[in-house]
Amino acid sequence: MSKIEDYSAFPDARGRFGDYGGSYVAETLIAPLAELTAAYETLRVDPAFIAEFERDLKYYVGRPSPIYHAERLSNEVGGARILLKREDLNHTGAHKINNTIGQALVARAMGKRRIIAETGAGQHGVATATVCARFGLDCVVYMGETDIERQKINVYRMKLLGAEVVPVTSGSKTLKDALNEAMRDWVTNVADTFYIIGTVAGPHPYPQMVRDFNAVVGREARAQMLEQYGRLPDVITACVGGGSNAIGLFHAFLNDRDVRIVGAEAAGDGIATGRHAASLAAGRPGVLHGNRTYVLCDDDGQITETHSVSAGLDYPGVGPEHAFLKDTGRAEYVGITDEEALAAFHRLARTEGILAALESSHAVAQAIKLARQLPKDQLVLCNLSGRGDKDVHTIAAREGIVL
Amino acid sequence: MSRIDRRFAELHAHGRTGLIPFVTAGDPLPGAQVALMHALVEAGADLIELGVPFSDPMADGPVIQHASERAIAKGVGLRQVLAWVRDFRVRDATTPIVLMGYLNPVEIHGASRFASEAVEAGVDGVLLVDCPVEESDTAAPLRDAGLQRILLAAPTTTDERLGRVCEAAEGFLYYVSFAGITGADRISHDDVRERVAAIKRRAKTPVAVGFGVRDAASAAAIGAFADAVVIGSALVDRLAEATDANDACARARDFLAPIRAALDARGR
Ligand SMILES: Cc1ncc(COP(=O)(O)O)c(C=O)c1O
Repeated sequence: MSKIEDYSAFPDARGRFGDYGGSYVAETLIAPLAELTAAYETLRVDPAFIAEFERDLKYYVGRPSPIYHAERLSNEVGGARILLKREDLNHTGAHKINNTIGQALVARAMGKRRIIAETGAGQHGVATATVCARFGLDCVVYMGETDIERQKINVYRMKLLGAEVVPVTSGSKTLKDALNEAMRDWVTNVADTFYIIGTVAGPHPYPQMVRDFNAVVGREARAQMLEQYGRLPDVITACVGGGSNAIGLFHAFLNDRDVRIVGAEAAGDGIATGRHAASLAAGRPGVLHGNRTYVLCDDDGQITETHSVSAGLDYPGVGPEHAFLKDTGRAEYVGITDEEALAAFHRLARTEGILAALESSHAVAQAIKLARQLPKDQLVLCNLSGRGDKDVHTIAAREGIVL
Repeated sequence: MSRIDRRFAELHAHGRTGLIPFVTAGDPLPGAQVALMHALVEAGADLIELGVPFSDPMADGPVIQHASERAIAKGVGLRQVLAWVRDFRVRDATTPIVLMGYLNPVEIHGASRFASEAVEAGVDGVLLVDCPVEESDTAAPLRDAGLQRILLAAPTTTDERLGRVCEAAEGFLYYVSFAGITGADRISHDDVRERVAAIKRRAKTPVAVGFGVRDAASAAAIGAFADAVVIGSALVDRLAEATDANDACARARDFLAPIRAALDARGR
C-alpha cells in the first residue's frame, strides 16, 4: 500500500479505509443509511450540535477522564511507566457512553423516537438504555442468550433504565448474532427507528461516526500528556473487540509517527487452539455486518464462533479502520490470552485498587508486557476502557467461588 | 441469449407469469438436493433460486435462518452447492439457476475463482444480498465471467437510485415487496402493484416480486402484475420436516402445484 500522508483523511466519501469499510447491506437499508450519512455530515460540523455533545460529555459523563500514573504497578513490573486513561470513571463505567450520547443526539435531530442496539458485555446496552432514559426515547436492546447468562447484572441494569432486552437465540447466541437481529429489526422498522451501533463496525457511516464520538478519548489524552509530561507517550495500547475504545484512543495519535500503537485482541485459550477472537491476528479479509474487514471464518466463508473470557471482545470481525491500520503497518495487533488478562486484572486490583473490566484487562496485560521491555524513562499509555464490577461474577465463577 | 433471458422471453411469448421457487441448498436433506431441484421443475418452476447457506444471514427471517443453520451443520457450503448445480445440469440444460446468498463465502472462495467455477457448473445468475449496486467493483469478476447480476429494488429505494439499479440489472430485477426480512407478512398488494408498474416503466429487464408470496392466492394476486413471483420461506418451511428424498419431492410438488395452477388460470 502506498505511503499514507494523513490518517485523518479516512474514510473516503464511500466510507472506505483503503480496501476496507464500505456499505455491504441489503437494498432496503441503502436509503436509510444515505439519510443517516447526510444528517451526520451536517451535524458533525454544526457548532450547536458539537456544543451540546461537549456539554453532555462534561456534565453528564464527567469528562475529561484523568490520566493516572499507575506507579506501584509500574514499579512492580520494573520498566517503563504505565499510564492509564481512566474511561472506567465515566458515567455507566466505560467509554461506550461517549458514542451513545453522540448517536442519541443524532437520532433526536433526525426525529427518530425508537432506539435499537446490540450488546455483548452489556456495557453498550447499558450506555444506550441510559441515554434513552435521559432523552425520553424508547429502547430495545438485542443480546445473545449466552451473553445474557454471563452478564446478568447488566441485563438487570438495562431493565431498571426502562429498556426492553430481547434475547437472541440464533447462531452462536452472542454479539454477532445480536447485531444480525438488530439489523433485521432495523430493516423492518426503518421509518421510525434509529440503530445505535456500539462499536466501529457496521456499514458506513457507522465506523466513522462511532470513531468520531470516541475520538474525544485520544484528543484529551494527547493534550493531557503534553500538559502532565511535556511530551507524547512512546507507546499507546488498548483492547480491540470491535475496536471503538482503541480507535478512540489511537485516532488523535495516528499522524504522530513516533508514537507506537499496539492493539490487544482476545487470544482466548491461545491463538493456536482456535478458541479465540483475534480477527486481525488470525483472520482474513472478508465481509461481515456491512463492511469489508478481517473476519474469522472457515474455508466455506462461514463465520466461526469465537471465544474470550470477556464478552465484549467476543466478536469475529473488527472495525475496518483497524484492518487498514494493520495493513498499512501504522498499528500492530497482538493477542492476549484469558489467563494473561485475568492475571492483569488481579495485579491491577492489588497494586492500584482498580477493578478493570475484563476487556480492559487485556490492554493492561499488554501494557505490562510492553513496559517490561522498555526503559524506565519511557511512557506507556493504556486505555482503561471500563470498570470491572460487571465481571465480578465471571471471575468468581472461574475461580470456583460461589457468591 | 442467456438461459434467464430466454426463459423470460418464452414466458412473455406465452403470456405466462414466471414461478421462481427458492430453496436453501442442502436443506433439509443434502442427499436429496438434486432430486428436489428436478421435482421443482416438474412442478412448474421456471427458474430456481438456490440459497447458499451463510452463518450470518442478516436479511433473512427465522425460517431461512434455521434452514441455513441446518445445512451448515451438515457441512453444506459453496463448493457443495456448485457440485449440485453441475449434477442437475446433466439432466436439465434449460432451467435457469440463480444462486442467492451473501458476499463472504464468495470473497473467501475468491470472486474470480467462484465466477469461473459457477459458470462451468451451469449457474446463470447471482444475487448477492449484501452487495448493492454501489459496491459493484466487488461483483465485477462475476459479470466478467458471464454470470448475470440479479439486483434488488425495495420500497425504500429512491427514484434516483432506481435508475441506477435498472441500468445495472441483468436477467431480471427482484422487487422486495416490503421493508423487512424474508418470511414476514407485511405485504400490501396495492402498494406493490403501483410500485411494480413504476419500475416496469424504467427497467429493461423483467420484474420478479418476492417477500410475502406464500400460497396460490398471494401468488395470483402478485402474478397479476409481476413478470414472475418468488416464493421462498413458505416452501422452505414446508420442506423442513421431509423424511427422505421422495418425501421432499412430494412436498415440493404438492406445494407448488396449486400455485402453478393459480398463475396459469390467470394467464388464460
Ligand atoms: C469496557 C469495555 N471495553 C472494551 C469493549 C470492547 O469494545 P470495543 O472494542 O468496541 O471498544 C467493551 C465492549 O463491551 C467494553 O465493555
